[in-house]
Amino acid sequence: MLFNAVKTLGALALTAGLLSACNSTEPVNFIAEGAPAKLSAWHLLKTGGMKLEVNAGVQPYDLNTPLFTDNAHKLRTIWMPGGVSATYAEKETFDFPLGTVITKTFYYPKADGSLLQTASAAYDLQQGRALDLSRVRLVETRLLVRRKDGWVALPYVWNAEQTEAVLSRTGDDIAMTLKDDEGRSHAFTYVVPNQNQCASCHVAKIKGKDIQPIGLKARHLNRSFTYADGTTENQLEHLVRTGYLSGLPSGEQMSGVPRNADWRDTKQPLEARARAYLDINCAHCHNPVGAANNTGLNLEPFLPMGRQQGVCKPPVAAGKGTGDRGFGIVPGQPDKSIMSFRLASTEGGIMMPELGRSTVHDEGLKLIREWIKAMPGACEAAGPESSKS
Amino acid sequence: MGTKTLAAMSRLVLAAALAAALAGCSKQDAAPAGGSPGGLAGDLKVDTELQKKIQEQLLDAKPGTVVEIPAGSYHFDRGLSLRANGVTIRGAGKDKTILSFKDQTSGPEGLIVYASDFTLEGLTIEDSKGDGVKINDGENITVRGVRVRWTGGPKTSNGPYGIYPVKTKNVLIEDSEAWGAADAGIYVGQSRDVIVRRCHAEQNVAGIEIENTINADVYDNVATGNTGGILVFNMPNLTQHGYGTRVYKNKAVKNNLGNFGAKGTAVASVPAGSGVVINSNSKVEIFDNDIADNQTANVIVSSYYSTGYFTAGGTEPDYDPYPRAIYVLDNRFSGGGDSPDGLDLKTLKTVMFGINGRFPDVVWDGYRDEKRANVAEERICVKNGKAEVLNADGPNKYKDPKVDTKSHDCELPRLPAVELKGRTA
Repeated sequence: MLFNAVKTLGALALTAGLLSACNSTEPVNFIAEGAPAKLSAWHLLKTGGMKLEVNAGVQPYDLNTPLFTDNAHKLRTIWMPGGVSATYAEKETFDFPLGTVITKTFYYPKADGSLLQTASAAYDLQQGRALDLSRVRLVETRLLVRRKDGWVALPYVWNAEQTEAVLSRTGDDIAMTLKDDEGRSHAFTYVVPNQNQCASCHVAKIKGKDIQPIGLKARHLNRSFTYADGTTENQLEHLVRTGYLSGLPSGEQMSGVPRNADWRDTKQPLEARARAYLDINCAHCHNPVGAANNTGLNLEPFLPMGRQQGVCKPPVAAGKGTGDRGFGIVPGQPDKSIMSFRLASTEGGIMMPELGRSTVHDEGLKLIREWIKAMPGACEAAGPESSKS
Repeated sequence: MGTKTLAAMSRLVLAAALAAALAGCSKQDAAPAGGSPGGLAGDLKVDTELQKKIQEQLLDAKPGTVVEIPAGSYHFDRGLSLRANGVTIRGAGKDKTILSFKDQTSGPEGLIVYASDFTLEGLTIEDSKGDGVKINDGENITVRGVRVRWTGGPKTSNGPYGIYPVKTKNVLIEDSEAWGAADAGIYVGQSRDVIVRRCHAEQNVAGIEIENTINADVYDNVATGNTGGILVFNMPNLTQHGYGTRVYKNKAVKNNLGNFGAKGTAVASVPAGSGVVINSNSKVEIFDNDIADNQTANVIVSSYYSTGYFTAGGTEPDYDPYPRAIYVLDNRFSGGGDSPDGLDLKTLKTVMFGINGRFPDVVWDGYRDEKRANVAEERICVKNGKAEVLNADGPNKYKDPKVDTKSHDCELPRLPAVELKGRTA
């Protein structure tokens, strides 16, 4: 009798527990240690009713120009505990408090049984809060968690049923076929990075070896977003208003806050669009203190284009990545520039970025080629007479 | 590739009761992701389980961890990656543990290490798309008994560097080999306090290369069958300028392999048939080596201007393109210089020395800092018995080359030995 009563109580408790995993009132669960095997343990994103919905208090955000990942769409969120906030910085990633959890869910639009290669936003976040799982296929959700000793990266891969995402420390390879707007098929292997590969991009200073978020910088966030309550607001101001950010220059000084261009916005200058594109796709390695600082190529957006940004710069460690070309960027000549050669490749040892994509970003390559073509100047071989001593 | 199986939920006894209660919420767990066993990279089976196990050990590694890779030939489709300090990766021996990265889908290295106090020993890395093993920014690095090779022979499509510590300090590479690298087999870049010894480099463009590195001793190595045997270079636009390399007791013999480096790279400028090449580096000693049968020249001393890459504004203002304080002494030269690479050099050789003649053992391109031409401690000195020096007259577009050994009959203060702290070297 007692045994049955215990079983029933157990059943009730279990039911309650399992229900709460999907219950909208269960708050976000910051897990301070270890590597939880399931994404649902965090209570950040709720599945159910054919939707992926952000939990209460979890804020979605977007970037002016995003990283290219094989034409995947992305849902980015940030959450932090009450009573603490991040500190604004002009150029670097904001300083986030213990307890911050950032997620990035990679998904593909789908229709008529096919995954789609499309720029259309019709499949993206609905009403500022949910993805329609009848119209998208979730691939992975990457977490960056701010713990006592720093940030930790946790990659979760979604199951075929789209009900749960499971920790995948050593990454994964997923065969994928996308159909583009013209109906053509593109087959490739989508590579989920392993935990160390997360660090390959996310370690901001190679000597320090600490992981940092990349997108959460002023110049990427400085744009408007339409939130679940229907309001449209500048994301930085929204973060301030919700208590997530302090120290943002206000009023007139807000005009001093950096802002990257939207790479697709043809009303903006070509140079600004190209620099924004290179910033988010390359500058986390290609900067004076990053993993690629042995190359001498700096693709941050702060300085004017010059040798260190690749103009008439000889290659350092490119190997076959030179494509038999002599300089990173030859003004006016994308076909003589190493940069366009490497962006157009999918071959290991040649392609750039070297991690994070398996396909070519056709539109991004087009932008860079246009920009190089329009660039004034020339690279001329010279002898000692022309050197400045 | 990448199929996932479902695992049954464990609480079967409640399954039926809960099904209704959990409408809309899943009760099924997914199996952990990780790729299917025996997946394919290219047409070759991948040892997925071992690859996953090794990578997990590397993810969990702490100071003192030894990751052992058993004897056997294995094929991985992902490069391995290590970030923890104090780790040893150890195979059963370079002929016993073979890791192939042929057709790898991510990397691009075979092994990438961002860590200090690191030891790699006793294994072979084959056919990586990028570098064989790269150690990016660390201190106290040991590579011992390691072979990196590309099994299809010399090809431009091979990875660029075989064994590649860069921005490292206190580095020992010993008893190791590199074969087939499309840039340099054993390459040390932008580092400090380095010993490369008892290694074998063959079929690479550059066999052994020390670039932009401070204090390196390169000794007891064999460099043969490369385009250039042993290189000591200083390239512009990098994190440091290098100096202070001693190249001694090596065999740099018959390095006459056609240059297969990608155009635009520094090594693509090296003519086939180069024994030992100094470019823009300073305080370099070449002594007590056997340097023979390198068909362009046994020793070349040159400036960045000779590479053809110099452009106005193309280097940082304080870059020094000249080789200074180069000391060539007491080597055993024979043969070489008899069939230089490229029509220009062949013609020059024939005109100067006849069809059966040969370039002198030391060829200098002739570029020098004229403002400091009389500074004694910055001269190029050759004290090597009968060996002669050719001044190729580069600044005058090679119009008036001449053999001029007398101008280089001088001495330089000797460099100190490299000391690697904390080792039983």
